[in-house]
Amino acid sequence: MIKAIEVTKSFGATVAVDKVSFEVKPGEVLGFLGPNGAGKSTTMRMITGFLPLSAGKILIGDYDIEEDPINAKRLMGYLPENAPSYPDMSVEAFLHFCAAIRGLSGPQKEQAVEKAIETCHLGKVRRQIIDTLSKGYRHRVCFAQAILHDPPVLILDEPTDGLDPNQKHEMRLLIREMGKSKAIIVSTHILEEVEAICTRVAIIDQGRLVFNGSPAEMLAQSPQAGRVSVNILGPNAVEIRATLQKLPAVTDIQILKELPLWTSVLISSSKKDGLASAVKALLDSQKWDFNELHTETGRLDEVFRRITSLDSAQEVKK
Amino acid sequence: MRNAWIIAKRELAGYFVSPVAYVFIVIFLVLMGFFTFMMGGFFERNDASLLSFFVWHPWLYMLLVPAVGMRLWSEEHRMGTLELLFTMPVTPAQAIIGKFLAGWLFLLVALLLTLPMVFTVQYLGEPDIGPILTGYIGSFLMAGAYLAISGLTSACTRNQVISFITALVVCLLLVLAGYPPVTNILLKWGAPSAVVDFAASLSVVFHFESMQRGVLDIRDFIYFFSLIVFAIFTTSVVLKSKRA
Repeated sequence: MIKAIEVTKSFGATVAVDKVSFEVKPGEVLGFLGPNGAGKSTTMRMITGFLPLSAGKILIGDYDIEEDPINAKRLMGYLPENAPSYPDMSVEAFLHFCAAIRGLSGPQKEQAVEKAIETCHLGKVRRQIIDTLSKGYRHRVCFAQAILHDPPVLILDEPTDGLDPNQKHEMRLLIREMGKSKAIIVSTHILEEVEAICTRVAIIDQGRLVFNGSPAEMLAQSPQAGRVSVNILGPNAVEIRATLQKLPAVTDIQILKELPLWTSVLISSSKKDGLASAVKALLDSQKWDFNELHTETGRLDEVFRRITSLDSAQEVKK
Repeated sequence: MRNAWIIAKRELAGYFVSPVAYVFIVIFLVLMGFFTFMMGGFFERNDASLLSFFVWHPWLYMLLVPAVGMRLWSEEHRMGTLELLFTMPVTPAQAIIGKFLAGWLFLLVALLLTLPMVFTVQYLGEPDIGPILTGYIGSFLMAGAYLAISGLTSACTRNQVISFITALVVCLLLVLAGYPPVTNILLKWGAPSAVVDFAASLSVVFHFESMQRGVLDIRDFIYFFSLIVFAIFTTSVVLKSKRA
């Protein structure tokens, strides 16, 4: 549905986005990550047709955003950064205007506006002037504008920015629900959001795409991922270390905590699959009591830091 | 065209929900009245015409039209709504024309509110209605030209003060080009009369004056419309290059 091919944008001598390629199919929610100034918003602005491309190609459905912008834009809903809207209009008037511009009229328009108001819980403020609304409401007004025409493609630039925790939760549910049928790109700084809503992650750093894969693949890049931690009751640390060395392909055994009654251990191995059950089998054979045996899943923020702080010569992971 | 009209309607509604429209209209009417009756010597002329009314239009518009035009694009820039507008399925031409039309219609409303002036001369004497009608047409076209220029300066900057001042200066140049002090200087410098005539023919006053006298010349229409089209086209170029 969304296809970016070697998209490049330069402002004068600075290259803001450098040959970024990716694809989003219907039913996919792509999380767009990257440090501030990495080129996320610039890329989104090119996808939505606001900024012209310096090189490359973007296809929305079958339409080239540069050659047939009107038809391409028809397929898209866009929530820009900071959620702009016309402050001197009422919520209802603003949505009616957007619906009219989207080519809706008559009962179809009424229906679309009603549905957007309901979905975004704007019923209470529908006649209020946008300028007098709180930030959370203004954000939802702009989001309502994006989903008004039920577009197959949604581009959301920081959709949960400025919302309270309840609204954030609701927004995520909404995105996940819509993600079942639509092609969605979401940019965010909040990594927990990626796990909550995204089926795929793209990380952009200094204008380059440095990661493109599923959240699970991203987690797997964490050095923590696949390690097994366990609390062993009884034997002392020296004994434990000696015993655990027998595990296959063990690379490191860390004693995290040593208490009179139990010892907390972290085991790393180059063979990550089945490590937990191997540890369990070994402990059982020693007849040692243990608890809290679990495999670490790694942390997204760690991976994010690692990927985006590496030298720009980092290869692109497909 | 439908999209341009939707945008124009929104913009026009925007004028009237804010105090801008009312402040503008009141000031416009008060100044019009003051200049016509006090400065223009409407009664002393003892002439049933609106010459003392129309003669001030190029000057008053110079001050007031940039105030209407300055927010056309700088406001969209500032609010970030430009991004919203240009990612909707509208062409830049539709957006520019829509916004221009809104401003022009608003100026038309203000201009039509001066109609009591016409009733006044009709009550006092028997004016020739032709020059009054053509005067109004000319005034409306001139307002459009000023507005298109103000829209252009507004597209160039997100600062409304800069937009206002620049538009005012450009309009001032257009007015002054035809005034004797300027043409006399050119003559004194020994410029050939063809050059002086050319400079004078660039002036809005030159084209507006014949309309005040009741002359509808196709050349005057061409002049005003080419000013409008040129400014609108340049606006689209500026808006495009701003995004590039």
